[in-house]
Amino acid sequence: MQYALLAYGSLRTQAGPVEAAIADVLARPCVTGWARLHADESATTVRNGEGRTLLTDGPFIETKEFLAGLIVVEADNLDAALAIAQELQETRTSGAIEVRPIREALFHGA
Amino acid sequence: MALDGVFREHWARVLATLVGILGDIELAEDAAQEAFAIAAERWPRDGEPDNPVGWLVSTARNRAIDHLRRQRVLAEKTKLLAREFSAESEAAVYEPDESATFPDERLELIFTCCHPALALEAQVALTLRTLGGLTTEEIALAFLVPADTMSKRLTRAKHKIRDARIPFAVPPDHQLPDRLAAVLAVVYLVFNHGWGAGRVDLAAEAIRLGRALAELMPDEGEVFALLALMLLHDARREARIRDGEIVLLDDQDRALWDGQQISEGRELLQQAITRGETGPYAVQAAIADLHLQQPRDWRQIAALYDALSIQTGSPVVELNRAIAVAELDGPEAGLAILDGLELGHYRYFHSARAELLRRAGRDHEARHAYRRALELAQTDAERRSLNDQLTQLSCG
Repeated sequence: MQYALLAYGSLRTQAGPVEAAIADVLARPCVTGWARLHADESATTVRNGEGRTLLTDGPFIETKEFLAGLIVVEADNLDAALAIAQELQETRTSGAIEVRPIREALFHGA
Repeated sequence: MALDGVFREHWARVLATLVGILGDIELAEDAAQEAFAIAAERWPRDGEPDNPVGWLVSTARNRAIDHLRRQRVLAEKTKLLAREFSAESEAAVYEPDESATFPDERLELIFTCCHPALALEAQVALTLRTLGGLTTEEIALAFLVPADTMSKRLTRAKHKIRDARIPFAVPPDHQLPDRLAAVLAVVYLVFNHGWGAGRVDLAAEAIRLGRALAELMPDEGEVFALLALMLLHDARREARIRDGEIVLLDDQDRALWDGQQISEGRELLQQAITRGETGPYAVQAAIADLHLQQPRDWRQIAALYDALSIQTGSPVVELNRAIAVAELDGPEAGLAILDGLELGHYRYFHSARAELLRRAGRDHEARHAYRRALELAQTDAERRSLNDQLTQLSCG
């Protein structure tokens, strides 16, 4: 079963390599994909309005914490997925990780 | 035997086994309900089978397989069941199998229902539904929410268990203490709710759950301690209310206390203590025991509340310690402890404070505190009791 670990944070981290502790986790075979996102300032939102789609500069929901990255893991059950999320969160000083079961997924490239 | 009794006795055991087989609480519940309905029809006519659990589980499982076959929609689950099914002959599957023995998986079910990924209120509702066998309507009534709301809460929790794959398993050793604490907290919450409100008999329900846990986890001291605590509190049930009014402990008719239940509680507490370190439920049970003795040993009670306060860091425990200290060293000493607590939202904080202020002769402040307690009171009996005290104060 696959789970998405959605990492939220408020820190605008500088470009640079992934921290060693996190890189360790990402290198495990149970990690089937991951993405590190640019900060929410870089977001453009597409939504429906007045018969056409509208663009807005910024994230869909303005919150203090934004989606900073996501990691897809293969795990037997929720406890196993939570254990990975807990391990990752311990390396972070703030933010939160939302764990969601994946209904269906397809990844290309890397 | 009346079928209602059969239902109560076997529901959790049958449901847990079915969850183990079918891998889904909702499916298991539907199948179990169907099997109990068939039993209600046949048992009075044909007699109760020798192995009712085996009969009910195999009947429910057969029905579930039947349903799943007919509705090919649930393709994935059919595959799972097909394996189960292919191991047996057709004839065997369609007749309830009385000789079949199934593992008792109630413990797995409890840990699933009390998983920390579920909201506490969902854990409580689910535990009462699956382990307690209460209907959605009964649970809704007990927690004073519309049946529709409770039904949604239960459905959402069951879907989360299924979709997020919350494990149906007893947690590994390193997680057991935390996870067990969550289970005990749910049972004690059910008990306290029953104790305060007395609509559906939740206290009896919690004691039943406690007994099941003690049977399933005979090595866990805190499980025995929780059961002891509930029995010792519940032993005073008949004496607590007279003509619909709350009777304070010192005014209770001790002849109405359930002596047998007190002995059982004390016995269980001893067993809990001999099982190793004394956790918070053992300390609370010891305090409950001390409260049953006359005259009350306030020094020991205060010391145990002190120990409990260190263990739990709970301001409610500090509130209780303040009451014991007031008995020992006078109301002002108790009030000094209360003043440091942030419990303004808690009704018993204000009633306790009012009582100590009255004893200290600070009537004006006492009246104010009684009024605040009245605003927060949750039952009519509580309101009447507080009103009486307020009236007495005004007259005296």
